[in-house]
Amino acid sequence: MTGENFAVLQNAQAIPLSAIPVVAEQEFRNRVLSEVENGARLSAFFGSPQPCEDSAGPSQGSSAAKRVRLYCVLARDSARGLAVLATDVGDTYEALTPDCAQAHWFEREIAEQWGVRPEGHPWLKPIRFHASYRRRNPERAGDSALHHDAWGRSADAEILPGVTDYYRIEGEEVHEVAVGPVHAGVIEPGHFRFQCHGENVYHLEISLGYQHRGVERALIGGPDRRTVHFMETLAGDTTIGHAVAYAQNVESLAGISVPLRAAVLRVVALEMERLANHVGDMGALANDVGYLPTASYCGRLRGDMLNITALICGNRFGRGLVRPGSVEFDLRPTHVAELRQRLQAAYRDTKNAVELLWNTPSVLARFEETGVVTADLAEELGLVGPAARASGLQRDVRADLPAGFYREVKMPTARMQTGDVYARAMVRWQEIENSVGYVLDCLEVLPAGTVRAEMRELRPESLAVSLVEGWRGEICHVALTDARGRFAQYKVVDPSFHNWIGLAMSLRGQQISDFPLCNKSFNLSYCGHDL
Amino acid sequence: MNSLIHPLLALLLAPLLLGIINRTKALFAGRTGQPLLQAYFDLAKLLRKGAVYSETTTWVFRAGPIVGVAAPVVAIALIPFGGIPALLNFPGDLILFAYLFGLMRFMTVAAALDTGSAFEGMGASREVQFSALAEPALLLGLAALARLTGDLSLSGILGSLTPQDWAHAAPALALVTAGLLVVYLAENSRIPVDDPNTHLELTMIHEVMVLDHGGPDFGLILYGASLKLWALGAILTGVVLPFHDERLWPGIVIALGGMFGLAVFVGVVESSMARLRLLRVPQLLVAAMVLSALALVLLMR
Repeated sequence: MTGENFAVLQNAQAIPLSAIPVVAEQEFRNRVLSEVENGARLSAFFGSPQPCEDSAGPSQGSSAAKRVRLYCVLARDSARGLAVLATDVGDTYEALTPDCAQAHWFEREIAEQWGVRPEGHPWLKPIRFHASYRRRNPERAGDSALHHDAWGRSADAEILPGVTDYYRIEGEEVHEVAVGPVHAGVIEPGHFRFQCHGENVYHLEISLGYQHRGVERALIGGPDRRTVHFMETLAGDTTIGHAVAYAQNVESLAGISVPLRAAVLRVVALEMERLANHVGDMGALANDVGYLPTASYCGRLRGDMLNITALICGNRFGRGLVRPGSVEFDLRPTHVAELRQRLQAAYRDTKNAVELLWNTPSVLARFEETGVVTADLAEELGLVGPAARASGLQRDVRADLPAGFYREVKMPTARMQTGDVYARAMVRWQEIENSVGYVLDCLEVLPAGTVRAEMRELRPESLAVSLVEGWRGEICHVALTDARGRFAQYKVVDPSFHNWIGLAMSLRGQQISDFPLCNKSFNLSYCGHDL
Repeated sequence: MNSLIHPLLALLLAPLLLGIINRTKALFAGRTGQPLLQAYFDLAKLLRKGAVYSETTTWVFRAGPIVGVAAPVVAIALIPFGGIPALLNFPGDLILFAYLFGLMRFMTVAAALDTGSAFEGMGASREVQFSALAEPALLLGLAALARLTGDLSLSGILGSLTPQDWAHAAPALALVTAGLLVVYLAENSRIPVDDPNTHLELTMIHEVMVLDHGGPDFGLILYGASLKLWALGAILTGVVLPFHDERLWPGIVIALGGMFGLAVFVGVVESSMARLRLLRVPQLLVAAMVLSALALVLLMR
């Protein structure tokens, strides 16, 4: 399409940094906006420090004013490719958000991480509540000049999560309900502010960051022995998804590919992860409307699905299975038979439990027309995964931008139109059916051979993008290597990063008592967002 | 002396109803479930604990649980059981019966509002809204029964109701039963109106109002709730199983069977349907009100 305006690449491909066009701010803005206009999505949009800053001082050279390079990775689903563009900015630039709502969360992240202020951003608040990465130790003399903070906070200011200016509706009968960060169930911490009129919600604001661990900073200089463990624990329920995304990046940077048998086993593990989580979600949805039978059965069946993953690698969440260049556990022939038999049994039970839901009018009355996200809204916000497909968007990395074994055997995409809780539940159920069929087919065609490729050095000065359709949606990892072939930066975009705003918007005009149900129908990750 | 039997049975066996409901639900879910006597264990545990009081609360907060037990105890004293006359009775005591629960609710709501928490305020608002609709349904149902039997005390009504009444006034009695059943589920915060097991504070009605109570106070609330379950259940059982025997024990056995059967029924309801959307709850309660009113109209002819 517009190949010369962008660096174009495939999913799980690496290109030299020099191949990425670095254009002027205004040009960058125009090109990205017109690309989004034409149907592309922001898969990643992040800042990267320019090398001059660390080595030289601010006083040196003309580059002092342009210290952060912004990279934008666009997914062109229809053209089955990715486009990358970069620009250098100083302490401010013109925000994309007013013209492209997808950039909303990304630009807040850029502002928070690099102290670069997107001018004109309508909702510029911290998202993770950490100090700017361009903060220098205030005790070291002369360094204060290097301090950059988008909100002008001083270098030694204490930043507390959740402390920010919340949107408020004033009025006699409007009241505010604050939920969290400590919740009544054993779940992750997050803060929710509702502006309510009686039982009706006008607005919901979600404030996260309580789980921020600084993973992206810790990955710099890698890959080393710790890197893969960071990946596997980015979001514990998406161990395989993030590990595969990481492995694909390292493999494309090293210029190797895993043997076909390993690729099939990765897909099997990925689909088993999806099955376990989707089955668990069906039960959790039933539980939230107080429908006991499905809730109880699916609770057990999720365990059965996790145990199948444990059969492959000894860990229920698939820790230790996927490594760059390999899968660490091969499947023995006896295990193949047992896996197939266990999966068929679990599927039979799941079918019975889930069909109870569709046949119970009181359940459907709760699911239908609750938490509607229209297709237009989902498109505008850039939602991904089952949440996007429930709103009628054709958006699935496995079908649109396939990598690994998905390139060989096509995966059908589940879709619904209504965008309510029912649609999100139904999409999950369809995906359960698809995944079971896919895994059984994979086991049928499981090729013989080794599961390990020989690792090589990573290419220096390169950028690699890897997309994986995790069970929550698109996982995007972007790796930038330095002159020695080490990670100069490693960007992780969990599907939750795209979808939290979808949850917030789905609550508008809803009953506050339906929030837990809506929340469960998205089932987003807090730690995957907070990194 | 015999009239003391029912209050004693109620005080002793009320928590068992919770156990029966839970075991029924467990059976449906394919689980073993908690012990039948779990509610007693919980009460024993809670009564041994200390209580923590927020500095913003006053005596109202502490009075809530006490009234919450006292009111249903008095209500139970007004109900005849399996042919045994009630401990207290006077014409018009059915009004007192209905408003004892009003008093209990008022104190629970006042205690909830006393904490100043947004959640508890929300729960209080829901509780009051729904009970404003449940109360007419209960009163109209009792009025229909009073009209049928020509008596104005609970003892008189339930004492003179016989299986023959079901023969000649079956439609009206069936309507009253249906109306009272909805009131029974709503007043006791059961599915489809409320979910007693949920941990989701935003969806709760009754549970959210008592979040700030702990230790013995919470024990009293649990006990009070089980007594309320018993009291309303005893009225329903009295209507559905109006068997009176000359001898003492057969009547009691039938009535106890009815109580436990009702608990099983609640368990089945909770296992086979989801909670209503909060917006739909008033519709259910209005339907109950209409059923009771219709019964009254049928009997007015």
